[in-house]
Amino acid sequence: MSTALAVLFDGVVYSSWLFLMAAGLTLIYGVMKILNIAHGSLYALGGYTAATIAGAWLAAGHAAVGSYAMLLVAALLVGAVMGPLLERGLLKWMYGKDEVVLLLITYAAFLILEDAIKLVWGVESKLLPEPYSLPGNFRIGTLAYPVYNLVLIAVAVVVGLALAWALYRTRQGKLLLAVIHDREMSAAMGINVDRVYLATFTVGAMLAALGGALTAPMISVSPGIGVEVIVLSFAVVVVGGLGSLGGAAIGALMVGIVRSLAVRYWPEAELFTIYFVMALVLIARPKGLFSPPEARKI
Amino acid sequence: MSRDRTAAALAVTCALLLAAAAIAPQWLVFLLALALAKGLVVLGLVLLMRTGLVSFGQGLYFGLGAYASALLANRAGLADAALMIVAGTVCAAAVAAVLGLLLARYREIFFAMLSLAFSMILYGALVKSSALGSTDGFNLHAKAFAGVALAAGVERRVFFAVSVLALLVVAWLLHRYLSSHWGRLSAAIRDNELRVEYLGASVYRVVYVNYVVAGALAGMGGAFAALAVGHVDPETAYWTTSGEFVFIAILGGTGNVLAPFLSAAIFEGLRTVANQYAPNVWQMSLGVAMLAIIMFLPGGLWTLLRRRAA
Amino acid sequence: MSAILEAMGLNKSFGAVSAAADVSLAFEPESVTSLIGANGAGKTTFLNMVTGYLRPDAGAIRFDGQELVGLDPRRITGLGVSRSFQIPQLFHSLSVRENLLVAEGIAAVEHAEEATDALLERFGLAQYGAQLAGLLPEGVRKLLDVAMALVARPKVLLLDEPTSGVAADEKYGVMDLVMGAVREQGVTVLFVEHDMDIVQRYAGRVVAFYDGRVIADDEPRKVLCDAEVRRYVIGETAHAQA
Repeated sequence: MSTALAVLFDGVVYSSWLFLMAAGLTLIYGVMKILNIAHGSLYALGGYTAATIAGAWLAAGHAAVGSYAMLLVAALLVGAVMGPLLERGLLKWMYGKDEVVLLLITYAAFLILEDAIKLVWGVESKLLPEPYSLPGNFRIGTLAYPVYNLVLIAVAVVVGLALAWALYRTRQGKLLLAVIHDREMSAAMGINVDRVYLATFTVGAMLAALGGALTAPMISVSPGIGVEVIVLSFAVVVVGGLGSLGGAAIGALMVGIVRSLAVRYWPEAELFTIYFVMALVLIARPKGLFSPPEARKI
Repeated sequence: MSRDRTAAALAVTCALLLAAAAIAPQWLVFLLALALAKGLVVLGLVLLMRTGLVSFGQGLYFGLGAYASALLANRAGLADAALMIVAGTVCAAAVAAVLGLLLARYREIFFAMLSLAFSMILYGALVKSSALGSTDGFNLHAKAFAGVALAAGVERRVFFAVSVLALLVVAWLLHRYLSSHWGRLSAAIRDNELRVEYLGASVYRVVYVNYVVAGALAGMGGAFAALAVGHVDPETAYWTTSGEFVFIAILGGTGNVLAPFLSAAIFEGLRTVANQYAPNVWQMSLGVAMLAIIMFLPGGLWTLLRRRAA
Repeated sequence: MSAILEAMGLNKSFGAVSAAADVSLAFEPESVTSLIGANGAGKTTFLNMVTGYLRPDAGAIRFDGQELVGLDPRRITGLGVSRSFQIPQLFHSLSVRENLLVAEGIAAVEHAEEATDALLERFGLAQYGAQLAGLLPEGVRKLLDVAMALVARPKVLLLDEPTSGVAADEKYGVMDLVMGAVREQGVTVLFVEHDMDIVQRYAGRVVAFYDGRVIADDEPRKVLCDAEVRRYVIGETAHAQA
């Protein structure tokens, strides 16, 4: 019984992490029809910035508890700077181009940022173990788990609920939903699509950076951490349906739990199972679980 | 480029390359051999792009071709390059024939990312397989070609020469294909699939065939790359390798069957220089170059050649 | 004479919208029929059901004895039912000539080059042969769209608003070319149209739709004078007649 619980818990932890990445990715795609490969770099930037800021905070002798706030600050900072920089500086000039061309453009941005990170932070790993070890462990049966994992789950849930509330209950959120549904019509109705794009991309960037910031205490932050994240996030987003927040949550849960099962019972097949699930979902529902319906073309 | 000029250009290029195989210094033979192997992969990509599809997962077939040929030499004891090339190509084609059934239903971003996902499945399997050397991979050494034993030191030149002949044949066949009804139909599918169906043709069938051909070509390229480098590792299936192929395709453009090889050669040359002098900005340079091409030269470098001729 | 194309009891609704309510129509070979009706009346839905883009909720469609419901557009085209599109569906990066060659290749036409030349002549497109389809004026796009549909020598041709988007002074020219080519091949034609002048001039029979039902089906003169048609299709009201 405790094994099942452990597997489930592992799965949910992983799902939380996936959700933070997938949420931003799916929102950006839903609104702007861009699959943002640079999301991986934003994740990495979040990790590096968190390591730097929280590291400096702790080194200056401040309360260890404050390092959590520093993680959040790092995420917001990266999002607030990189979001507008990428959207206004690059993407804005490329709207209207083919979806795959836009994909290649974000891929180019990703390549540039990867090396930029190396230039700024160097190639040695950065470690930030304190926020992870600080709250200690708790037990499930005979297994000990870091409490930090619960923090991760909590953040994912809060973020998910906050996003859902913002999207479906606020006026700005409804404008966003309108743009997701039909950009041209929204513009014709007087919605400032430009501003919606900027806001969406910035929020998405913050979410990616938050994923990286929260992960920083769990790993050694080094060049290349953003690379694998993208493919995983994409798998989740595709399973859930591009542009669907609820889909991202469900996709994250499915992928997380399946992966957890694989890690426990068939470790060699870890990556295989994730993409296998994705392929299965796509065979049944070619556009993902919760994709928007399409209008008649002719 | 009219048919005659392509044939002539192909013949001249291959003659020059064969000469290089004989007398060029070892480092140049290596560079050209690798460029040619990758050029084969990109040829397949170009065919897919003509159909309106960008595959971000040709690394799957490149890796399959490399490992299949290497395993034949190392585990099955058949270190004959001719067999290895065939094994790599056939193995990749077989997998493409199966995966293509699914992938031919997808377009745009879904196709790009699904193909990426499948290549990552192979990558994951290779990395977790200690029998195959995990992230280190393993070396291979082919000593013969089509039953003829080769003197030590000469093998790489022979393999390169074989790959030049392979390029000649493949590029010519692809040129014929692209100039035929099928090539036009592929372009039509890129422009307007709906109309193609309403004219009575099966879009799925054409996409499927093109996908399998591209997979086979990538497998062949993988085998040649393994022979040239003497080593295989999971990086061949990593998505960044696939991204490289896409970059080379965009760099060269889809205007002519020679473009993939030429841009692969430029790419390999630049990469060698970058690794020597500025390894930490290689990716950044790639990214900037990609943006520049997309913005200013969407047809790739080939359009420069065409403008001069016109 | 038995009908070459017959629809029986077609029903199709999208939620609360009834796009087809028990539509039954039969078309004689080589006849020219115009389908008229306000937007949303069901004309294009009918076209889409015949060509396999939509599946009717109920009913049957028979062409030359063959049941069409359940077949995809590709099969239906192969059987001999072609269509043109309201917004011309062309291959924009290929030349006009290449557009036709694609169609010829798919239909496995022998001597494709000669056939293409003949078609270009017939439709007055010879001067545009080498031009990219994406850069053509609207009337020419329409002509190319129809020409492509005729390549496979269909028995039935469905034209979806053949003159919409075409400049007023070019409409007759376009229709003359189209109907000329069509008559040569002995094709049965159905065309959806909003321009009543065109309808009167080229149709031998007019079918009027409203709210998914057929409200009139007769020769043009009678249908265009019908009170219901005037009210629901042409849009005249008692006041306007003064």
